[in-house]
Amino acid sequence: MDSNILAKIREDFPILETEINGYPLVYLDNAATTLKPKYVIDRLSKHYLYETSNIHRGVHFLSQQATTYFEEVRDKVKNYLHGNSTWETIFTKGTTGAINFVAQSFGSLLESGDEVIISQMEHHSNIVPWQMLRDRKSIVLKVAQMDERGVLDLEHLESLITEKTKLVSITYLSNALGTINPVDKIVEIAHSKNIPVLIDAAQAIAHITIDVKKLDIDFIAFSAHKMFGPTGVGVLYAKKQLLEKMPPIDGGGDMIASVRFDKTIYNTIPYRFEAGTPDIAGVIALGAAIDYINSIGLKNIEEYEHELLQYGTQKLSEIKNLRVVGTSPDKSSVISFVLNGIHPHDVGSLLDSKGIAVRTGHHCAQPVMEFFKIPATTRASISFYNTKTDIDRLVDGILYVQSIFE
Amino acid sequence: MNQNELYQQVILSHNKSPKNFGKPESFTHWAEGFNPLCGDHYFIYLTIEDNVIKNVFFEGEGCAISKASASLMTESLKNKTVEEADSIIKKFHDYMTLSEGDLKELGKISVLSGVKDYPARIKCATISWHTMKQAIETPVSE
Repeated sequence: MDSNILAKIREDFPILETEINGYPLVYLDNAATTLKPKYVIDRLSKHYLYETSNIHRGVHFLSQQATTYFEEVRDKVKNYLHGNSTWETIFTKGTTGAINFVAQSFGSLLESGDEVIISQMEHHSNIVPWQMLRDRKSIVLKVAQMDERGVLDLEHLESLITEKTKLVSITYLSNALGTINPVDKIVEIAHSKNIPVLIDAAQAIAHITIDVKKLDIDFIAFSAHKMFGPTGVGVLYAKKQLLEKMPPIDGGGDMIASVRFDKTIYNTIPYRFEAGTPDIAGVIALGAAIDYINSIGLKNIEEYEHELLQYGTQKLSEIKNLRVVGTSPDKSSVISFVLNGIHPHDVGSLLDSKGIAVRTGHHCAQPVMEFFKIPATTRASISFYNTKTDIDRLVDGILYVQSIFE
Repeated sequence: MNQNELYQQVILSHNKSPKNFGKPESFTHWAEGFNPLCGDHYFIYLTIEDNVIKNVFFEGEGCAISKASASLMTESLKNKTVEEADSIIKKFHDYMTLSEGDLKELGKISVLSGVKDYPARIKCATISWHTMKQAIETPVSE
């Protein structure tokens, strides 16, 4: 990316001007949440300052205007994911909310002994909802293995499939390892047995161009806050044909067509699944975040981040007593690592003292840590506003940590 | 407070060469402490005779703050009566979690006082102390 463009982009994020412990902030915790550009915050605040109104059914100007802006975001999501009228956008509280909804609603259609397949590299939000379903409905939860590089074992995944398998639910991009999974092959394997696929795109959404049409994904879940939008909002983008069969989980306003004490008729999809007043401003701001990404171009972002990831991986691998955890040939945006003899929490605290924000811990993926037989890692995760200088500061920071523990 | 002060020499050296580290051949009380959020995992082994903590050992894995805190704790509680130990544990705990009192009267342990200013790290300093309290209350079953 051109350095002038990069400088201009960085100006969109006022938080990058702040100092932490006397140093300019190096923000490398993008996999936890991305920073928010002023453009998105302005859209959020414009709604509350000048457009506040509830959506749907209002006849007054403000309500109709808010409804229009809110509903437009469904189309923005559709275009961002390269979907069409085969799919529908359902607004949720986030990726976790979306997966839990599928586990409860689609899950209610499963019978005892039916199987759901996940993988060893899932975030807790794509493990626990299925364990809860297992306990509720006596389904069987199967786990596809990965190898020591953090690459999914497709043959093992295929071998787990039986006539009882009803869903395959896998992450697009591992938040703990940075592995990009071959979604095309996963869908091909599952669809050859008529099994729908749920893709957890929480980590992928801001880093990888996703084409649901080409990939033929059945359910895909993501959060606004990992793509420069506000927290508390997310999306389940799903095939209408599947949604039509699924029961609503929350009852209340907006999800009904008519209510009488003897019988209530539900609204059509997607409204049937969106009971109560949603986060209107948050959804509209998600739309603004999508516009913002499009203004830079996701292709440009992918290209630049790939360059940064390679630069970072190269620089980090030159450091003695450092091991990168997650070495798939197909990676994006995440470098997890461990330092010999130094606990990640000490690494994180000492990097923080130099103004460098990284995440330390199990990254909500305890089974991944167990697989690599480590309690935790330090994770640097990048976004398009990061620079090679940020990586250099990280490298200097790691050398400083090692000097303290010499 | 600067992080350099958090990682003082005393803490770094206790992390590198912890005191009373390992599993003794015999002990009368023990407990296990585990923080699944960060992976800190410690065992405390005590020999309590006539209401006095005659011997303290710990073993396990964790960050420098947790290991140094455990090491310093074993030094300070050795040869204390159970009541004295309880009182020291309470003082340490109240200081760390409620910001009450200070650690000066506890001697060497006061090198840990800076940890209080890092809310994310307080659990690192207190895990072994919680485990100690539990160990005092847990005799080895016959």
